[in-house]
Amino acid sequence: MVKVEINGQVVEAREGDMLIDVADKAQISIPRFCYHKKLSIAANCRMCLVEVEGAWKPLPACATPVTDGMKVHTKSAKAIAAQKAVMEFLLINHPLDCPICDQGGECELQDVAMDYGDDVSRYTEAKRIVGDRNAGPLIQTDMTRCIHCTRCVRFGQEVAGMMELGATGRSEWMEIGTYIEKSITSEMSGNMIDLCPVGALTSKPFRYKARAWELKAHNGIAAHDSIGSHTLIHSKGNDVVRVVPRENEAINEVWLSDRDRFAYEGINSAERLLQPQIKKNGKWQAADWETALAFVVDGLKAQLANKDKVGVLASANSTVEELQLLQKLARGLGVENIDHRLRQIDFALDQHGFNTPALLPALDAVEKAKSILMVGSYLRKELPLLNHRIRKAAMAGAKVHIVNPEAFDFNYKLASHLVAPAKLVTELAGIAKAALEIAGETQQAGLEQVVVTDAQRAVAESLKTSGNAMIQLGQIAQQHASYGKLQKLAAMIAKATGASLNILPIAANEVGAHLVNVLPQKGRNAAEMLKGDMKAFINFGIEPELDCANGEAALKAMHAADFVVNFTAFDSAEQRAYANVLLPIATFAETAGTYVNANGLKQSFKMAVEPKGDAKAAWKVLRVLGNMFDLQGFEQTHSNQVLAEVLDNPACSVDFDAVTFDFSNNAEEYTLVSPYAVDAIVRRAPSLQATPDAQWVKKG
Amino acid sequence: MVKFIQHQVKTWGLTELFKGMALTGKYLFKKKITVRYPEEKTPLSPRFRGHHALRRYENGEERCIACKLCEAVCPANAITIDSEEREDGSRRTTRYDIDMFKCIYCGFCEEACPVDAIVETRVFEYEFQERGPHIMTKDKLLAFGDKHEKQIAADRAADAKYR
Repeated sequence: MVKVEINGQVVEAREGDMLIDVADKAQISIPRFCYHKKLSIAANCRMCLVEVEGAWKPLPACATPVTDGMKVHTKSAKAIAAQKAVMEFLLINHPLDCPICDQGGECELQDVAMDYGDDVSRYTEAKRIVGDRNAGPLIQTDMTRCIHCTRCVRFGQEVAGMMELGATGRSEWMEIGTYIEKSITSEMSGNMIDLCPVGALTSKPFRYKARAWELKAHNGIAAHDSIGSHTLIHSKGNDVVRVVPRENEAINEVWLSDRDRFAYEGINSAERLLQPQIKKNGKWQAADWETALAFVVDGLKAQLANKDKVGVLASANSTVEELQLLQKLARGLGVENIDHRLRQIDFALDQHGFNTPALLPALDAVEKAKSILMVGSYLRKELPLLNHRIRKAAMAGAKVHIVNPEAFDFNYKLASHLVAPAKLVTELAGIAKAALEIAGETQQAGLEQVVVTDAQRAVAESLKTSGNAMIQLGQIAQQHASYGKLQKLAAMIAKATGASLNILPIAANEVGAHLVNVLPQKGRNAAEMLKGDMKAFINFGIEPELDCANGEAALKAMHAADFVVNFTAFDSAEQRAYANVLLPIATFAETAGTYVNANGLKQSFKMAVEPKGDAKAAWKVLRVLGNMFDLQGFEQTHSNQVLAEVLDNPACSVDFDAVTFDFSNNAEEYTLVSPYAVDAIVRRAPSLQATPDAQWVKKG
Repeated sequence: MVKFIQHQVKTWGLTELFKGMALTGKYLFKKKITVRYPEEKTPLSPRFRGHHALRRYENGEERCIACKLCEAVCPANAITIDSEEREDGSRRTTRYDIDMFKCIYCGFCEEACPVDAIVETRVFEYEFQERGPHIMTKDKLLAFGDKHEKQIAADRAADAKYR
């Protein structure tokens, strides 16, 4: 530790820390543009110049390491003069268009100019004008406003792992751009909007919608993947107008995936269902809640004579409270056909129990992994922020091995990339056998026929010898026709190598759905329910044709049923064709609730805005339904009371040793879901739908 | 004793009455400053803050760019603005309402406006007999601006040298 004196205040710091960090910790403000704590130091804006005693000219605080006994003045005449001079140069070419700039009111340049800018410009020459580039549907560029801090460029290089923006030219002619006209496609591109200190990069969906000072910020939890990123939901009036990340070093750091940032557009979709709808005598009519719920009760009661023909399908993006009351209602009515694993094809493991998916090491501990094997995963698009952690691990030297049925882009260096079209199981079996051989295991149940290649042996070797190894089963593995086998093989590898077995939860509340037991313990699973012989369905927050592994079959099953109740936030022609009741429910921003993230962290959030129209928080609707069915345990008046019921629910696991498979003949179909097709809200966010990632077609 | 006599003289001599009448008499023959409103009008300053108007540029383009500074500065929260990107990509209001019951005619909106779009005109002779019309919408304000543009422009020009 060294002692530094800043403005006469003695501050302790570690030697080698940058002056700006030390000052920040002591809450001494130094103006800056190019410095960002999550990016490398560029020292090109020169705004953080401070006076250091002994140095004959001012030094940039962001690039000056502290030394013992250093005396720094951030407000001395020399420092202020330097900062003011820099500010004057920055303002030379910056346009005076704050009134039409979306950054106005939350602009770092505006703020610093208030402190260090002059009210009169001495500059009379022509100002620089830079042409705008179309950077895609998410980011609006206004490059004339750019002050060349290069935060966006460094973000692309260092965080997103794809250099989509770069600087061409020098000095006056320097321009930040995509070089060739192409859109920014990174799954985390929205963070550039936050990073940009001026209005050069702004949010396209938010363009000209509101001013920063008009917005109310509500703490939220991201609702579209299992990371559980902390967000701020900004509302104007009763509309969500944007979502930005809330800093949380342990979970999302300062980042947010594009999906969680822009999906809010779906909340304001014109397709929102605003009133309960019931189908009477083949005709749809709007109804009030009492009538609609009475209609549901009557309709379901008629079907309950045949309880094993009633199915409940729930979205894994629903809150813990909703899922708990839903399963309580279903089981209270004697219905055991309940599932949330709609995209899963292979349920072979169900007979051995249910395995609660989990990411075992905490998100920040993932960075310290030494060797990682990813099976059936396009992690960048599935869980962008976990991928970011793994990228950091890879940059720090971790060996990342991928086994996938097709080649995907990864934004870091892979130790091995085993692409096995239609041979995913065989490929993994090879690694498993190699792992067993290395561990000296002679018992090779079902693997006797497998031939091990050198590449597979290298992967097993790396997992065994590196220490701190992880095996991850991604979304593709989970939607694979041999998911059970893949799990078994992964478990074998994990056991033989000592790596942790991570079956990655993908949806926001997949872990929660397992905890509250939205699982067919005694009834049919999702695939069996959709065979077409069910008489009634309760669909909770899903669109069967888009949320199920086999959409066509799901739709057919719905049409074949006599009575279908849809809890849905959105209206659609498809639903009206098969359903009997549509109950409008609140989206993630309009209800209080809890999500359990990949690490098992229970994160509750409050309502940010009122539900649209006559929509109601789904847990309240379920509670009233429970009362109308005269069931016990539906007396809650606050969502916390529902949560309290399930707080201690244990995660469950499968004893993989007891599971045996024959690996000689494997089904190899799988489905690939676009990251922007995962749930009904995302599917209704027009900006996300305009990105290349939304254009994926189903393969496999 | 002396005080008593002075008081009696003042009281019975009616001196204060005559003093007052003298002042009245003085103004009786002076030039009158009152006007016979509404037949006659008092002169108005170019800075007079009356009815609001939204102005246009000479080519007919509306000035307002939806920066919302007037909305932010308004001490009475009388202004409500919604904005959106217009088809040509420019930033424009889709709604610009002034609640004339709330407005306190402080003129801050005009001061805050970077493009001289919202102005307060010389017009002060207007009334509302019911709720509803007192909300001045964008269309009404633009129409009002069009009607009085000549006077508005002349007033801004007259005041320009003091700004």
